[in-house]
Amino acid sequence: MPAKKTLFEKIWDAHLVAQPGGRSPIIYIDLHLVHEVTSPQAFDGLRAAGRKVRQPSRTVATVDHNIPTEPRGTPITDLIAAKQIAALQANCKEFGVRLFDMDSPDQGIVHVIGPELALTQPGMTIVCGDSHTSTHGAFGSLAFGIGTSEVEHVLATQCLAQQKPKTMKIEVRGILAEGVTAKDLALGIIGQLGTDGATGHVIEYAGEAVRALSLESRMTLCNMSIEAGARAGMVAPDETTFAYVQGKRFAPRDQEWEKAVEYWRSLPSQEGASFDKVVEMDAAQLCPFVTWGTNPGMVAPVTGRVPDVGSLKEAERRSTELALQYMGLEPGKRIEDIGIDRVFIGSCTNSRLEDLRAAARVAKGHHVSAKVRAMVVPGSQAVKRAAEHEGLHRIFLDAGFEWRESGCSMCLGMNPDILQPGERCASTSNRNFEGRQGRGGRTHLVSPMMAAAAAIAGHFTDIRDWKFR
Amino acid sequence: MKPFRTHRGRVAPLDRINVDTDQIIPKQFLKRIERTGFGQFLFYDWRFAADGKKNAGFVLDEPRYAGASILVAGKNFGCGSSREHAVWALADFGFRAVISSSFADIFANNSTKNGFLTVCLSEDEAAELMRRTREVNDYQLTVDLEQCEVRDDQGFRANFPVDEFVRHCLLNGLDDIGLTLQHEAEIAAYEALNPAPAVLL
Repeated sequence: MPAKKTLFEKIWDAHLVAQPGGRSPIIYIDLHLVHEVTSPQAFDGLRAAGRKVRQPSRTVATVDHNIPTEPRGTPITDLIAAKQIAALQANCKEFGVRLFDMDSPDQGIVHVIGPELALTQPGMTIVCGDSHTSTHGAFGSLAFGIGTSEVEHVLATQCLAQQKPKTMKIEVRGILAEGVTAKDLALGIIGQLGTDGATGHVIEYAGEAVRALSLESRMTLCNMSIEAGARAGMVAPDETTFAYVQGKRFAPRDQEWEKAVEYWRSLPSQEGASFDKVVEMDAAQLCPFVTWGTNPGMVAPVTGRVPDVGSLKEAERRSTELALQYMGLEPGKRIEDIGIDRVFIGSCTNSRLEDLRAAARVAKGHHVSAKVRAMVVPGSQAVKRAAEHEGLHRIFLDAGFEWRESGCSMCLGMNPDILQPGERCASTSNRNFEGRQGRGGRTHLVSPMMAAAAAIAGHFTDIRDWKFR
Repeated sequence: MKPFRTHRGRVAPLDRINVDTDQIIPKQFLKRIERTGFGQFLFYDWRFAADGKKNAGFVLDEPRYAGASILVAGKNFGCGSSREHAVWALADFGFRAVISSSFADIFANNSTKNGFLTVCLSEDEAAELMRRTREVNDYQLTVDLEQCEVRDDQGFRANFPVDEFVRHCLLNGLDDIGLTLQHEAEIAAYEALNPAPAVLL
């Protein structure tokens, strides 16, 4: 009897192009997403070698990292950023690549528009020169980030030479409680595994709590796989997945749809398939989390405290001391006593319609604290339109939040949206590294509801006690 | 790609764990569209104050580590963003290899494409090298990819694992796009069976 296969192994095997002796296997890439920051040198490489883009139809580009979130049409004052955006425009034109440009109604964060256009589908291999490509694994695809040399490799060959990663199953029993979101699940997992706990592995998230998540929540969960060091994160496709994909722009139609769904139904890991590592978690143990340090594994329950360093091993202790020094926090301080200056609701982790709805529900009828500047940055133009159609922008604006144009924005601060030195931010993004949101800026990662509540209270507060209006 | 066979050079210590690529090359320098010139921005926010003046005491600026070409660092080096600029910055600064007890996957992958070696040793071995780098003046190491071995003049010797194909490419400075394209027939056959959906054309 053939060995029972995992979801990952099925997709991997279906995409094996060649397995040359003594070399890394060569796998085929179904979809290559491209953005302005990690691609210019790759296109230069193609030109230098006289190569073409092998499959322009499987290559889709957008601008997201650099672009301002001011109203569209405002000139880009950062000339180097403008040059990089112009380079992508010229490269897409020269190599025949579809580009959702700044003025496109489909522009958005690359990991938001792939799914909403149904470019992302179950069973696919998807890469992008961006570590948060793991987001697309929510559909039951194998999706991972690559560097610029590999971007060039995929442009030229539509393939990648890859060592086969190991597999890890994270099984979450039970159901997440009210106020505990996929973001909290992700932070809880990273807090337990550490930022290198899944290095070399592709994670498959499974169990009752994961199955109960909406597709958008699964994206949030898979998005942060890289923060545990994982190569990718995946959730097996099911009815939730099919319902999300069906009818979207690039989804299969009619007979093609039936055929596709039949194939997708064959993808989930077989009962009894073995993983290199299995981690079990209990949803009841999870709560709203807040990061207190300078990596996403430095996390505490909102009802908890900044940790004491006494019990830690030497390297961890020093790393924690440096983090607390950078963050301007004392060991033992209550998380709910940490006051904030800024709030950012956005990023490929938490900028989809569901995230904005959750934040708006909290904000409705309240007002942002006088000492806080809060911004909401929808993940895409489509998300922005849908949110405005529901009147979410009105709720945010009435509550004193800024309502901006789509892009990566303050997640990584490559555009003008940055923290000033010493400013403390409740952010729905994915990384709290030193200087990530601006030099000297202090980032605390939270869910959209927790971010909205912090904006109003002026400090972190347990969303489970919130007075919704 | 520049081949990597054996390299001997001065070692510098970066005694931190989880050094992320945002620290190696902060985002404000990712807007350049070239592969070159990133060395001056390496560890920028640690090396330089906000006004652009050098911070006193950053380890790579200590005279005893000047010209170092091998970096010893704490575990999980290169975590976070996929930016290959991190490798370009280290290489442009003059490093040929980083030694640690673990590396983030994408950083390690990016390194192999640039003739830059990530040397993975046990935690004890990496800690011992960190100690020697601090205690021995002008501490030198030899990183030998042919023997998959790191050694010094004081009797330290340790083997490190490398994927056989990666080692082959690094030793010979091979362009792996060229190697993949040797499989043109297999790629074309795969594409014939799995054409791009019409909706994308």
